[in-house]
Amino acid sequence: MTRLAGGLSLGVLTLAIASLLVGPAGIGPSESLSALIRGDGGPLTLVMREIRTPRAILAILIGASLGLAGAAMQGYLRNPLAEPGLIGVSGSAAFGAVLAIHTGLAASFALALPLAALVGALGAVALVMALAGPRGTSLTLILAGIAVSALAGAFTSLVLNLSPNPFAANEIVFWMMGSLADRSMNHVWLALPFMLVGTFLLARLGRGLDALTLGEDAAQAMGIDLHRLRLMLIIGTACVVGSGTAVAGAIGFVGLVVPHILRPFVGAQPSRLLWASALGGAIMVLAADIAVRVILPARDLKLGVLTALVGAPLFLHLILKLRQERI
Amino acid sequence: MTRLNVSHLSVRRRDLDVLSDVSFSVDQGELIGLIGPNGAGKTTLMRAVLGLQDHDGQSSLAVLSSQDRARAVAWMPQAREIAWPVSVETAVMLGRTPHLSSIQHARETDHEAVDAALSEMDLQHLRHRAATQLSGGEQARVLIARALAQQTKLVMADEPIAGLDPAHQISTMQTFARMAASGISSIVSLHDLGLAVRHCTRLIMLGDGRLVADGVPQDVLTADRLAQVFGVTAFYQKTEQGPVYQSLEVTR
Repeated sequence: MTRLAGGLSLGVLTLAIASLLVGPAGIGPSESLSALIRGDGGPLTLVMREIRTPRAILAILIGASLGLAGAAMQGYLRNPLAEPGLIGVSGSAAFGAVLAIHTGLAASFALALPLAALVGALGAVALVMALAGPRGTSLTLILAGIAVSALAGAFTSLVLNLSPNPFAANEIVFWMMGSLADRSMNHVWLALPFMLVGTFLLARLGRGLDALTLGEDAAQAMGIDLHRLRLMLIIGTACVVGSGTAVAGAIGFVGLVVPHILRPFVGAQPSRLLWASALGGAIMVLAADIAVRVILPARDLKLGVLTALVGAPLFLHLILKLRQERI
Repeated sequence: MTRLNVSHLSVRRRDLDVLSDVSFSVDQGELIGLIGPNGAGKTTLMRAVLGLQDHDGQSSLAVLSSQDRARAVAWMPQAREIAWPVSVETAVMLGRTPHLSSIQHARETDHEAVDAALSEMDLQHLRHRAATQLSGGEQARVLIARALAQQTKLVMADEPIAGLDPAHQISTMQTFARMAASGISSIVSLHDLGLAVRHCTRLIMLGDGRLVADGVPQDVLTADRLAQVFGVTAFYQKTEQGPVYQSLEVTR
């Protein structure tokens, strides 16, 4: 337990430092770090502080929140195939961003695109809550999420369909693949408050999710307020996934695969899986973001593409394992 | 001391009376068998009593806050759900949920309660096994142990002994009986009338959503009621080895 926490924390730390040291500028490690810490005002400091630091911070923030939200969602639905995008927030955030690109709003000021994505995420939460009702069950939540996701997907396709020229469509498609390249500290400051609120809400769900292991009836009879739990889950997930998608685009498979991999290491207990998945998610996104810079530095490989490329086969492997013994 | 008061409890579902005007109360030290044919409303009654089901009429448990209720009554639902492969010990520890705040770790008393529940249900040797890998009967015992670990003055269980082997059926009923002797009351729904008459201090018979009879087993299980409500004839006699009941023929 503590060994797992230590190992995962060490992994996050190591990869965070690695993330600071990898880049096209090709500077030595000691030079980079001293430029970061001392800050001589030169171009090197600028690279470290304005380009690589926000990138590493965003990788940790987004990875941790996707892992946490994925673990919470799987715990609530008692289904290892659940993922944070299930409630339609990421799809709707993407739609908001796509609309901003299409209308040219994204070019009007620096944070127009992520703000539009946040508005999209907010709309999705409102819609899901209205559809699922205040006293609904987990099933109504899934159905509402599917409906909102489908709607957001349809609107996104519509915008692509109507895009005036191939360059606009290209820009939209590339954005949707998800990336951490060229993000600034402004993106960090935009996402951070939502991430903190969302993490605070989700991290408190542990006891309730544990009780839900025995079903909704039993959990309720053990004093768990399921309506409150569901509300906290929806708002928390919307905060972290909405803000994550807003600043980095859609990064799939992290919230699905990470809880799945770590579940056996925490004795399958949903509450312990929460923090473990947060650390594991940070590791996965940091590693993937380093990989896109190392594998094809010249081609701007997208982060979301890589997580899907790694995540999908890994997930298939886990399903095969699941067939042999229930995990 | 009264553990539960139910008065004029009714449940309607789509213009259909699933439960109508049921009243009873439970004293300390009672082991009540809730009997009735399939669809008689046993589960609905228990869920309404707990406040998990919309209802008319009063139940002294349904009006409590969810925290207070969880400390007053433990509930074992019929669906034996264990979603994740947690260890048996972890699953039983979930019964301590109402006694811990959202961030509190298990204390010495919690571990003692879990140990006691595990040995009561003969699960000590399985405590580190994944609960999902156990057989159905063993899982049922885990869930009963979970309810015991909650350490409430009233336990409600929906068909707790269905699917258990004869030895564990009897020992589970004996566990409930022992709890009753120490003042902890139980309401268990049962289909095995033989075990019901041997172990329960009182039977409540439901038929078509109505309370048909309520009293000591030999008063409740009359030939008339068995024929009317269950549609069976039965052999029922007091012997040297206690009361023996066996259903014989279908009457309709």
